Amino acid sequence: MSKLIPSAAKLFSGTSVITKAAAPAAVTSNAKYSTKSESTFEIKPFKLHKLDKGPAQSATLTAEDALKMYEKLAALRRIETASGNLYKEKIIRGFCHLYSGQEAVAVGMRAAMRDVDTVITAYRCHGWTHLMGVSLVGVLAELTGRRTGCSRGKGGSMHLYGKNFYGGNGIVGAQVPLGAGLAFAHKYRGDGGVSFALYGDGAANQGQLFEAYNMAKLWDLPCVFVCENNGYGMGTSVDRSSASSDYYTRGDYIPGIWVDGMDVIATREATRFAIDYCSSGKGPLVMEMETYRYSGHSMSDPGTSYRTRDEVQEVRQTRDPITSFKEKIVSAELVSPDQLKEIDTKVRKEVDEATKQAKSEPEVGVEELTGDIYYNNLEPYIRGIHPDAPLQHVNVVPRN
Amino acid sequence: MASLTKRVLNLNKLFKHVDNYTKRLSSNFTYFPDNEKPVEGETLKMNMMQAINNAMDLTLKNDPTAVVFGEDVAFGGVFRCASGLQEKYGNDRVFNTPLCEQGIAGFAIGLATAGATAIAEIQFADYIFPAFDQLVNEAAKARYRSGGQFACGALTVRAPGGAVGHGGLYHSQSPEAFFAHAPGLKVVIPRGPIAAKGLLLSCIQDRDPCIFLEPKILYRSAVEEVPVDSYTLPIGKAQVLREGDAATLVGWGAQVHVLLAAARLAESRLGARCEVVDLVSVLPWDTETVCNSVKKTGRCLVAHEAPLTGGPGADIAAAVQVSAPLLCCCVLLWADVCCCVLMCAAVC
Repeated sequence: MSKLIPSAAKLFSGTSVITKAAAPAAVTSNAKYSTKSESTFEIKPFKLHKLDKGPAQSATLTAEDALKMYEKLAALRRIETASGNLYKEKIIRGFCHLYSGQEAVAVGMRAAMRDVDTVITAYRCHGWTHLMGVSLVGVLAELTGRRTGCSRGKGGSMHLYGKNFYGGNGIVGAQVPLGAGLAFAHKYRGDGGVSFALYGDGAANQGQLFEAYNMAKLWDLPCVFVCENNGYGMGTSVDRSSASSDYYTRGDYIPGIWVDGMDVIATREATRFAIDYCSSGKGPLVMEMETYRYSGHSMSDPGTSYRTRDEVQEVRQTRDPITSFKEKIVSAELVSPDQLKEIDTKVRKEVDEATKQAKSEPEVGVEELTGDIYYNNLEPYIRGIHPDAPLQHVNVVPRN
Repeated sequence: MASLTKRVLNLNKLFKHVDNYTKRLSSNFTYFPDNEKPVEGETLKMNMMQAINNAMDLTLKNDPTAVVFGEDVAFGGVFRCASGLQEKYGNDRVFNTPLCEQGIAGFAIGLATAGATAIAEIQFADYIFPAFDQLVNEAAKARYRSGGQFACGALTVRAPGGAVGHGGLYHSQSPEAFFAHAPGLKVVIPRGPIAAKGLLLSCIQDRDPCIFLEPKILYRSAVEEVPVDSYTLPIGKAQVLREGDAATLVGWGAQVHVLLAAARLAESRLGARCEVVDLVSVLPWDTETVCNSVKKTGRCLVAHEAPLTGGPGADIAAAVQVSAPLLCCCVLLWADVCCCVLMCAAVC
């Protein structure tokens, strides 16, 4: 443990540096407009599985935190609106899965995470990537297949990567055992970090999850298995796909917490608890974040054949993570509506500019079709469509 | 050799697309509908999705043990091949599974072993790999390892495969070669609606487990007059779709149409008549029809969408060399098949 403390301290200081750099000037100057500097909020009760004590049932938020979290929520929503439009314009090709409605999960978790912690998720990954430090252009240019995208335009919507962000992953559930491997690396290195392995309610029924649970508990790995339960695995509702839809209990011997995933304060508190629990050597934890997705499963799913429009509308009106957070912080007088409006305008402008740039950046060159397949390609070429016309294997990214 | 290379280069100049081997061409192709009816009787205009739906509909109607299941199958599946079947046959016979391909395959094998006709859908062939162990180690070997006492022959696994042009890493793969390594399985790939209906019914009725890979690009783009009655087409029997003497062009699935277009081009440009063979199934594959054709034409070209390395094309090329040695045989993938056919016909 003595080994952990200095590294953790270093990382905490790292966090504060990043926070300072990332904090927009507007927010700092506007902070004076709010009448209170902090406020305490009640959280919808967590449900616990094999835990004596869960996260705190109330949390204090400073005005600065509130503004920061609001800005992130707004940015994530805006990224998805832009992505949806780019897809409809056929500038984003292939597949595209939107996160709208689920923002509070990522934003709350990220707010609690330290720089040492790692994340791996599935293909609904645009927002997560941005929160993990990839610029708006880095995300959007990846979606449009441009060279400046965070995966050089070669990964596309499902395969975004960043520092300590081990990817969007395309195959349902496949990322979860990787998350257990990441957790083992944290433990082995003794860096005090926690691995967050995210998956949906649909993926929760994949066999490999249970293999990962077992290894994580067997070896007491600092792994938080986060089930983002948005109600539907593609077109199948949780009740029709899962014998038990209490996903937080499905780790059986792994303790679990149910969290209101529409409340960014709840997701932050739960994540703080999870980090504390896992980094103290108690082994893994399962967190179920109950949330909702507004769009279809992907852009080719209108999302209306297996649920009613009224249902979507009702969630938007009563449980929207952004609107409800906004109401909370405004009525607590932590922030003023004008400040939030300013953030909205700023986010809109930034995303619009990034979108424009993502459209105009150069596309990834055709030579990269056979770039970076191997670290060391033993043949100079990659077999192409014709035996007499092999393609040159190129090392695009420098080898180390 | 030098003169051959020179002639190739000259041909390259002749046809404007020939130097584009490595350029990404679109996945568009001309669809050649089947005009021959496999059985007499009433027909209905159907696309491949509807023909597959029709085959499952007939099976559910005629075989009380038949069940259809897979991810989102209750509302028809993502490509709508099972549309309307749950309404018609009830949710105990047509139902959704959780997202768990290994489970779907294992469950289907158990169901089939117990005597039910199990029709399982894997949403995309790219998602079949979690089920790979079940299919290769359990389904394929069940009959053999029980000394013929137990088998899961009533199992058919349907999966949309092949390229569409924008599918990326996980929505465009052609995994037929992986399954072609496994004795005990049959791997079938249709080229259009008439073939799809007949072959799917054959797979369902076949007493061995079958993997039925549906070229997803054909679901809606391929339309034919499909007989409404039940009929089967033989698995393991290649079909000669166009006769010729200049070269044998072998393919399966959507690639057959690329070859048909190439053959037409070779005829109009060079007056060379190519024979086009639809392999129909990759395991088993019809060595006899292919080799007899090559013995006649003296040249063979195999084209497939699946990767070249360890692909079925190599298997075919090797078999052709054994049965008709010293003939020209070439394997290539998708794009520029037309150009290569021209070269093959002109140069070899």
